[in-house]
Amino acid sequence: MADRSGYRGLTAPLLLPTWVVIGLFMLVPVAVMAIYSVLTKEFRGGVIWDFSLAAYDQFFVTRGLFGDEAPQIEWTYISIFWRSIWQAALATLLCLIVGFPTAWFIATRPAQSRGVWLFLITIPYWVNLLIRTVSLKFLIRDTGPLNEALMGIGLTSGPLPLVNTNLAVQLGLFYSYLPFMVLPIYAAVERYNFAYSEAAADLYAGRWTILREIVLPIVRPGIIAGCLLVFVPSLGAFLAPDLLGGAKTFMIGSLIEEQFKGAQGNWPFGAAVAMILMSLVLIVLIAYARAATKAEAR
Amino acid sequence: MKGLRHYPGFLPMTIGCLVLLYAPLIVVMVYSFNGSNSITTWGGFSLHWYVDVFTGLEAARFGAAARNSLSIAFLAASGATLIAVAAAVAMVRGGQFRGKQATFALINLPLMVPEIVIAVSTLIFFSAIGLSTGYLTILLAHLTFCIPFAYLPIAARLQGIEDTYEQAARDLYATRWQAFRLILLPLMMPGIMSGYLLAFIISLDDFIITNFVKGAGMETLPTAIFGSVKQGIKPNIMAISTLMLLTSVLFVTLAYLINRKGQKTP
Repeated sequence: MADRSGYRGLTAPLLLPTWVVIGLFMLVPVAVMAIYSVLTKEFRGGVIWDFSLAAYDQFFVTRGLFGDEAPQIEWTYISIFWRSIWQAALATLLCLIVGFPTAWFIATRPAQSRGVWLFLITIPYWVNLLIRTVSLKFLIRDTGPLNEALMGIGLTSGPLPLVNTNLAVQLGLFYSYLPFMVLPIYAAVERYNFAYSEAAADLYAGRWTILREIVLPIVRPGIIAGCLLVFVPSLGAFLAPDLLGGAKTFMIGSLIEEQFKGAQGNWPFGAAVAMILMSLVLIVLIAYARAATKAEAR
Repeated sequence: MKGLRHYPGFLPMTIGCLVLLYAPLIVVMVYSFNGSNSITTWGGFSLHWYVDVFTGLEAARFGAAARNSLSIAFLAASGATLIAVAAAVAMVRGGQFRGKQATFALINLPLMVPEIVIAVSTLIFFSAIGLSTGYLTILLAHLTFCIPFAYLPIAARLQGIEDTYEQAARDLYATRWQAFRLILLPLMMPGIMSGYLLAFIISLDDFIITNFVKGAGMETLPTAIFGSVKQGIKPNIMAISTLMLLTSVLFVTLAYLINRKGQKTP
């Protein structure tokens, strides 16, 4: 195709601002963070420019309370990661269970009303995440409206202990990222050709069999994209665990934040934890991209 | 056969989903009109807490935070939109060029990297180059992560505009700049407006990154609210939350309507 609109020679100057801004304020910072993770910590925050693997050592290895025992695997931080992965996975599952029927329902509405349903689902996403999390906390706290109502109609005698539990954190994550699950599944179901369902029905397949055997394999890319869009931000979430959880629900986000705020701050360690989190997310994303290209090739 | 589109239980699930999404927001909105000093008991309808937001003890602190939030959102969204328009024209109209894939990845980078990682790396970077944290560092961080949010609707809109209109203008001896300003820019406007509005909300909403790069004494609305909430949820927070909530809903509705109207024209 000829260059009919005449922008071909201009791509470099047009893209220069993007390269400079994102490159300088995001790409370079990540590189600097990688360097900081192998420097020596300075007390009261900051670093000393001496190479040291102390941060990674602190994360993975323990040598006992006085540092004189044989090195063993340090489980403290690995278990925080493990718990975060679990929390994020359960929140993703919760989003999937609620999000799939919702996406399906919206995608099968008449074309005019679909936009309105989608709009209703996405509005809460644009409301400040902090405000949404605080609102949820207000609703489910011990003396909050939910517990008052439950006790009022006599369903429970005392308040349900919801705040500061794993369930509250999952609920918060679910509440934060649900639209991310609904939208890609909606896009996949909207493209689904219902002739396949009809063909299966003609061959005496029940509707749930059709859903399981025909629909799910076809809309799977949408489901996987949705799961990814919920799982990745949940993994590094800070507000939901911090406001809705307690000490027992400590997640990666809080661990990182502590290294930069508290009096016990340790910048290289915080940078190292952030690097490990980012590597984890990259592995998930690369695995997804591989699977997606493979599925496309088929 | 229509029946295969409908599964029993999917409608109640959707309703349940909407209830879950909206219930906390509605409860907070209702309680922001509570006349009582306590957040647990209902003391009749009152605008007391809205008056308190503007004249109460914390009014000065929240007022300064709101001005910071709005001016940063305005500057960051304006900058990000300008950058995104240029990038979208190059990416959509520029044909194939070296580094296109890499540029696409770069634009989407702020969406891929977890927010907390962006926050940490930005703080470390500013500290390493000796830029002290404050208004400027917040603005630079916001400008960066707003770019993909402005870019996506603009590029989507541009992809839907055929280049025959500009081509016709060029055939009639319009310069490249005239063809852009008089033909392409007006056609892109709905995408630009919704990109701008989305970038504005994203900047207004950000807590995590701002919290890292704001420095001592500097507050935006979310960080000021977070500071208050740590001491317990007070009624004035609910009034502020309701005001912010309505602002966001207003902006998103505008973006939605502009986009929908735009889809009807070429």
